[in-house]
Amino acid sequence: MKILLKGGRIIDPSQEFDQVADLLLEEGKVAACAPHLEIEDAQILPCQGLIVCPGFIDLHVHFREPGEEWKETIASGSLAAVAGGFTAVVCMPNTKPPNDNAEVTRYILKKAAEAGLCRVYPVACITKGQRGEELTEFGELKEAGAVAVSDDGRPVPDAFLMRLALEYAKNFDLPVISHAEELSLSSGGHVNEGLASAKLGLRGIPPQAEAIAIFREVMLAELTNSPIHIAHVSTKAGVEIIRQAKEKGLKVTAETAPHYFTLTEEATFGYHTNAKVNPPLRSEEDRQAIEEALADGTIDVIATDHAPHSPLEKVCEFERAAFGLVGLETALSLTLRLVERGSISLPKMIELLSCAPARILKLPGGSLREGSLADVTVFDPEARWIVTEEELNSKSKNSPFLGWELKGRVIYSIVSGKVVFSRREF
Amino acid sequence: MDFHHRHILDISALTPEDISYILKTAANLKEILSRPIPKVPTLRGKLIAHLFFEPSTRTRLSFEKAAKTLSADVFNLTARMSSVEKGETLLDTVLNVKAMGADLFVIRHPMAGAPHFIARTAHTRVINAGDGFHAHPTQALLDMLTVREKKGTLSGLKVAIIGDIRHSRVAHSNICGFRKMGSEVFVSGPATMLPPEKEALGARVCYRLEEALRDADVVMALRVQKERHGRQLFPSLREYAREFGLNAERLALAKDDCLLMHPGPINWGVELHPELENDPRSVILEQVTNGVAVRMALLVLLLGGSS
Repeated sequence: MKILLKGGRIIDPSQEFDQVADLLLEEGKVAACAPHLEIEDAQILPCQGLIVCPGFIDLHVHFREPGEEWKETIASGSLAAVAGGFTAVVCMPNTKPPNDNAEVTRYILKKAAEAGLCRVYPVACITKGQRGEELTEFGELKEAGAVAVSDDGRPVPDAFLMRLALEYAKNFDLPVISHAEELSLSSGGHVNEGLASAKLGLRGIPPQAEAIAIFREVMLAELTNSPIHIAHVSTKAGVEIIRQAKEKGLKVTAETAPHYFTLTEEATFGYHTNAKVNPPLRSEEDRQAIEEALADGTIDVIATDHAPHSPLEKVCEFERAAFGLVGLETALSLTLRLVERGSISLPKMIELLSCAPARILKLPGGSLREGSLADVTVFDPEARWIVTEEELNSKSKNSPFLGWELKGRVIYSIVSGKVVFSRREF
Repeated sequence: MDFHHRHILDISALTPEDISYILKTAANLKEILSRPIPKVPTLRGKLIAHLFFEPSTRTRLSFEKAAKTLSADVFNLTARMSSVEKGETLLDTVLNVKAMGADLFVIRHPMAGAPHFIARTAHTRVINAGDGFHAHPTQALLDMLTVREKKGTLSGLKVAIIGDIRHSRVAHSNICGFRKMGSEVFVSGPATMLPPEKEALGARVCYRLEEALRDADVVMALRVQKERHGRQLFPSLREYAREFGLNAERLALAKDDCLLMHPGPINWGVELHPELENDPRSVILEQVTNGVAVRMALLVLLLGGSS
């Protein structure tokens, strides 16, 4: 099976390549890239006016299976992923039961193979049952297919245990991901502490709850000389700590999500539960700091923290509503807004969505070099669309961007040289 | 003047003109309460549902009295006596009661924004009777009615609110209301229960009680909202009474003709010293009477009484 992508603007930051050319995919790998390729037996995908780039990799999604299949399944989540241009996703372990043993890891991989759309990489828990007491069996989990460990939304509260995790992970070359939140300061909170908590009369989550936890993780990374990846950074204070850590040469990487550089806490005003997310949407000053941190490299990755919830968890009192929003299908368009306002370049955007995530978790992909995986995203940066429930492929529709008119649409998502999603007949 | 609000959710949604109009209407209707037969037919045939998901004495009875004085029918539903105990959602409860013909919902709920959620999703009229520590607009309106009756104005006054400001919906709505009407609001109490200045909705935050009390026209004490704290926020009730409780000596810092107010329920010996129980400056029970008048006014304005 050969696919020839004709005439697209090929942007591959991994080899600083940016020009209009043809790309040949063969046997699941990138076979050639040249200004004019004529291949007789290849299927042709016309890509004039489109951007062709290494497939996006989302380091942070929640696919809810096993246990909460009414919100999302691995199949429905995979469809949302490829519709948003993500050819690979990294699944957080807070399923029911949580992914704290090899059996669950294998179950996730089996469901992903059945869905057959994007690559799905499971993250395993750091501690059994995410309870923050005993380490999980990193060795067996890695063997079963886990690509990293994290206790996700129930961060390890005990600094000593986190130190052990960072040390033990070295035996297996397993990256550690931290949802950085000082729970004793944030518990009971529903929105950003500040304008939102004052206006809505809700308990707040101060930015310092994130910053204190990031600082702990940075110090433990220094102590153990281990890499650590900080999930969904939302605050200026957090950005500053990461920046200093990087200047010191510590192995710290970080991601943020499109909602943190797009929205502020004002989106929650009126008790809009689709804007209830953890960490919470912050102030305009924080939003700007996140945007700057993407531009200057302090934040390495854009991940979505795609967190589907059904109306059962969202059409209710704000305090009862679950945290989280769906993001896979709006991420590209929202990130293109950063390009449009000149904060980052188009190649930089692709670096943030594809090359850097691959590098940080040592995943295949993130490149269009000859011999690389034929995971490719093709999008039209100019196409306009309106976010509606019908447009979203995810089983859940809890997006704070419903009704927004956005620019930028995925045209083809290709995994292993196979078109798994297309908005055009071919 | 036209009054075209469908809901009373929050003082911040009202203009000073709205507030004046509500208070004027309340002052007019108050006269009915002192008639030999305090009942008028204004809202005959209307059905008002009182949904109280938190304990309440004054607010619930006051709404009931207001409705009955206006000849409306009432449903009284409390969380413990309802299907909420069986897992029914708030929205379903409201939709079911609405299906029986309720014209207006009076909702008290421990979660901030619950009345707003109902107003947005159930397509019915809603009065917020207190939501979490967010807002208690009818309390603020009755407090303003009381002060206006006694002082003749709501502008240029110094209002001191003492106690657990951060967890008090009464404080939040009063700060908003009195400031809208042209008064200055000072808040004081244990700093663990005070908002930072920038989150105080425009009130001045005082870490010295005296600073808030000095030359105040209105002094309002609040109950410590222990049920909302989660964790203990001050060392002991004894220390609270000693450092932040109002007594005759402290009240002497305020103007001689100041008004002493409290939204109730009072914990005597904590936020108020028992020596103030019969103090001539206290208008605490008049607040309660005015509560009925304000709620009558709101029912008439929202349900478009035909009189």
